Amino acid sequence: MKNINNNTLNISSLNHWYGHGEMRRHVLQSVSMEISPGEVVLLTGPSGCGKTTLLTLIGALRKVQDGELKVFGKQLYGASRKTRQNLRKNIGMIFQGHNLLRCLTAEQNVQMGADLLSGFSYKVRRDQSREWLRAVGLEDHLSKLPHDLSGGQKQRVAIARALAARPKLLLADEPTSALDSSTGREIVDLLKKLASEQSCSVLMVTHDPRILDVADRLLQMEDGQILPSV
Amino acid sequence: MEFKNFFKKRKIPLAWLLLTRQPLRILVAIAGIAFAGILMFMQLGFRDGLFDASVTVHKLFDADLVLISPRSKSSISMSGFPRRRLVQAMAHKDVTGTTAVNWNFLLWRNPENLSTRSILALGFEPSKPLLIDSDFERKAKTLKNKGRVLFDDLSRDEFGPISSWFKSGKVVETEVAGKRVRVSGIVSLGPSFGADGNLITSDETYLELSPGNPKGSIEIGLVRLAKGSDIEKVVRSLNISLPSDVKVMSLKSFIDFEKNYWKSSTSIGFIFTLGAAMGFIVGCVIVYQILYSDVSDHLPEYATLMAMGYNLRSLLGVVAREGFILSIMGYIPAYVSGQALYALVRSSTKLPVEMSFSRASIIFCLILFMCMGSALAAMKKLADADPAEIF
Repeated sequence: MKNINNNTLNISSLNHWYGHGEMRRHVLQSVSMEISPGEVVLLTGPSGCGKTTLLTLIGALRKVQDGELKVFGKQLYGASRKTRQNLRKNIGMIFQGHNLLRCLTAEQNVQMGADLLSGFSYKVRRDQSREWLRAVGLEDHLSKLPHDLSGGQKQRVAIARALAARPKLLLADEPTSALDSSTGREIVDLLKKLASEQSCSVLMVTHDPRILDVADRLLQMEDGQILPSV
Repeated sequence: MEFKNFFKKRKIPLAWLLLTRQPLRILVAIAGIAFAGILMFMQLGFRDGLFDASVTVHKLFDADLVLISPRSKSSISMSGFPRRRLVQAMAHKDVTGTTAVNWNFLLWRNPENLSTRSILALGFEPSKPLLIDSDFERKAKTLKNKGRVLFDDLSRDEFGPISSWFKSGKVVETEVAGKRVRVSGIVSLGPSFGADGNLITSDETYLELSPGNPKGSIEIGLVRLAKGSDIEKVVRSLNISLPSDVKVMSLKSFIDFEKNYWKSSTSIGFIFTLGAAMGFIVGCVIVYQILYSDVSDHLPEYATLMAMGYNLRSLLGVVAREGFILSIMGYIPAYVSGQALYALVRSSTKLPVEMSFSRASIIFCLILFMCMGSALAAMKKLADADPAEIF
């Protein structure tokens, strides 16, 4: 399918429900939005408004039930498991918790991201992983286990890992919620800087009012709907 | 080239790191697998050792064919048949020689503490071949004097320190079935299920020691054939031409006949195979527990990997590799301990328990199967890893 307007993300009239019968809840109601390449979009809203659901749908982690959702021009409605799986390789994800692999060192964690790239030798992938850790300022902590890193350091490793797979879209779910304000600020600035260097689009869900200014565009969500921009 | 390519393509060895970064878990796993392996090595080793021991003498017979009575069921219940049958067998053109063997249990008196114990006695004409042993002919000559016996130095210690006395130059005399005998040589045969020890004597002395034995009746007839004869063909034609009070079989089927008795008519095979099966099951449970809890503990991490774009197959591969690594790491100590325990068993029971290549590989396959099967079962847990849940 051709990507007519070259947007990283196109969503129109996306609906999603949880549960069945009486208990069925309409969590996303006719959501429409788009993100162009390199854009940094922040999504805010009260908890339970459907932000995370939207994120998992965009991340191809859930099946689209109704509506149109195109990532890099690929229609996700009705997409096979395999298509979704392959698509995920091009989408970087940063989680609320860092979700690093406990048994791997910082460097190895980042390389788990780099290992997704095909066509590069082990050495190249390793060197790139080190490069990414240097970029997030952790060159002195290459062989430390997550256990020995601070919260901010872990989140930096997670960013390096997400970027090491060279995604074209980065999804971040409250990446600063577990951090103090100054560390949170640093992390978000770093994220924005590195993403723009890679011309990678970013969609970040956040509650944190102190970081809203990094956004190129701000979206607000309530009750499963995106509010018209203010 | 292939190797170089592999080296370039290699990734973070996740399975290895998952295991080695949890030393306690891997130690428990290795101990469990090794324990199961040792159990299997011991049980199967004992089983095969006991079966092999039942035919230690049989294997040494210098014969191509064996004649026994159809009423004989095993080495511990041999019936007699007329010695004439051997003479009749000589009529066959392929038969080059025969040896008549008496085979029965007699009471041996321990010359040191004077206790008695049942010993397997073989009687034969000393001028004829009996055992395949380069030195046996010389020893057999000493039996031409009456009242002489050859003693098996692998017999259990309860028969007395016969061989050490003999080797020190002492004249060793004792009683067999209440008659005085003198040890005139030492042979190495080995004890079996039925017999704790063996002695060999001349047919004349044998008859003297067991006067109840009907004259002209023997328990085993050894038949040697000309080189290049078709053994099966001779067996068939002798079975037709000889009366039905005797059964002809090849030496190999005679050995199998004896082993088969112990395998099928006793519970030994069942008991030891069951023991090995228990080891296998215990091992399965341990490995499954370890891998299952490993997968459960790392479920969020597996889900993260899936969210990153790793497909389910590559994650299943991680669990499978964990199983494989565990099987190798568990097998090595099991093998080494197996060897050590076999040596211990050999020295204390004199049973021929050896580490055979086939048993070593069968147990490796069992351990591999155990680990991979458990890994397969643990993989089911991976289906619970839902990447949508981790946000």
